[in-house]
Amino acid sequence: MDHPIIAGRHELKETTTLNLGPTHPATHGVFQNVLEMDGERIVSGVSTLGYIHRAFEKIAEHRPFYQITPLTDRLNYCSSPINNMGWHMTVEKLLGIQTPKRVDYLRVIIMELARISDHLICNSILGVDTGAYSGFLYLMEQREHIYEIYEEVCGARLTTNIGRIGGFERDFNDTAFAKIKKFLKNFSPVLKEFENLFDRNRIFIDRTAGVAPVSAETALSYSWTGPILRACGVDYDVRVNEPYSSYEDFDFDIPVGTNGDIYDRYLVRQEEMWQSVRIIEQALEKVEKEPKGVFHADVPEFYLPPKEEVYNNMEALIYHFKIVMGEIDTPKTEVYHCVEGGNGELGFYLVNDGGRSPYRLHFRRPSFINYAMYAPMSAGMLLSDAIINLSSLNVIAGELDA
Amino acid sequence: MGKISNQTVLDKINQQFADKISAAAEPYGLLTFETTKEAIIPILTFLKQDEELKFNFLTDITGIHYPGTELPIGVIYHLHSFVNNVRVRIKVFLEEINPVIPTATVLWEGANWMERETYDFFGITFEGHPGLYRILNVDDMTVFPMRKEYPLEDPNRVDKKDFFFGR
Repeated sequence: MDHPIIAGRHELKETTTLNLGPTHPATHGVFQNVLEMDGERIVSGVSTLGYIHRAFEKIAEHRPFYQITPLTDRLNYCSSPINNMGWHMTVEKLLGIQTPKRVDYLRVIIMELARISDHLICNSILGVDTGAYSGFLYLMEQREHIYEIYEEVCGARLTTNIGRIGGFERDFNDTAFAKIKKFLKNFSPVLKEFENLFDRNRIFIDRTAGVAPVSAETALSYSWTGPILRACGVDYDVRVNEPYSSYEDFDFDIPVGTNGDIYDRYLVRQEEMWQSVRIIEQALEKVEKEPKGVFHADVPEFYLPPKEEVYNNMEALIYHFKIVMGEIDTPKTEVYHCVEGGNGELGFYLVNDGGRSPYRLHFRRPSFINYAMYAPMSAGMLLSDAIINLSSLNVIAGELDA
Repeated sequence: MGKISNQTVLDKINQQFADKISAAAEPYGLLTFETTKEAIIPILTFLKQDEELKFNFLTDITGIHYPGTELPIGVIYHLHSFVNNVRVRIKVFLEEINPVIPTATVLWEGANWMERETYDFFGITFEGHPGLYRILNVDDMTVFPMRKEYPLEDPNRVDKKDFFFGR
């Protein structure tokens, strides 16, 4: 009875304790909420987390910078390229590396595709949870095409490890560009069809509109970021407030909601997908105008040379050796860099002691911070509403637990 | 970037808390300073409520450990003023044995889980916190794993020692 979850409960209580999760199909991940139920209504709840805690911050203290990229994949695995590139940009900021414009635009293409795949999962799963399965099937096919683009660029699909410090490991080939163009052409009608199914659907609106509304003040007090903060009416987006990777060159809108309920969150994510399509179209045009074949910054001390050169060229061999053995000095300082991830401000706080691995690396994980409100806001809600509330927050277990 | 300069922010804080601010710097344009555990809540309150500064958003709370120094345990706050689009980083250093600092949950609800995470990994007690128990690690864990005395790998392993890499 001393355990914090059950301490303070009366033995003769008339309410029921319900374990929602950790492996319930409705929670889409390992989330456990111990709920105090009065019939169908939640009286109070306690979230327990840490089921897939993998101590990434500790591991990162013992890995060279370039080996931390695969760790970031496993944070928000629905949009791993954003995590990868956020990390690369943090190191580039630390080292003062200027990336060429073409690299920035290529990154923007991949990051916006990742944002689409993230929002697309969230919204279509929200449909499944409210009883509409077909929209999910239409959109899942499109995610497959996004994964094929990743595959063409970096060879991997889910945990991408895409890019390197300074740029990409190889240039985008013609097939990759063709696939991106084909995706843009095919995606818009499917998304439109999805909206036709959901936007004015009576059942969907009844289930979501006015459910779990959050005021802007509460959202800010809980440090919410991302689409769910914008659904509350706060127009904060890292891409606009602190542009990274040349986002200032693009023309796009930041959608905001009014009362922060589930329907608003759905609409904000939906509109963000349209804006992402707009950004990718602009990025493709901009890439055309940049010099061809530039896909990484000129930083031989941190960007591994091609293997043929390592075997035949002395400088390349030296640099290869220095990178692998970690003999390059880095500045002794600290840096905070953030990107707009699928769920909000994904921050990297890096304290460096001049070595080849961070002295301390902290991930500001939006899912972790957004999820803190879930148990308090569930009090007084119906269980079925609490479940769609969980899917509309789009909490990703990997990012929650790090 | 910001609508007000870091110097303006620092001047305003110095007017109020001149003797409590130390080691002010601007790594990569982000205003950073240190303060004491007695002054931290008044400073956070001032930054949040000041009409001009309006640091209304708590971005992050985390910890750090520098073994061998006088005050080895650090707590690091990142604040963000959405109105002025400027950030500030505040550090407080504490003693190694039983570090205690007042909680920021009185100002931001979001501090709750960030402080629980910091407690979980560094053993920093946040005084006045509504429910300070472990969040990511198992409840019966007895150590605070992000402290530097807990090595990741077998400490007897020698092939990754710094001197092999000329450092």
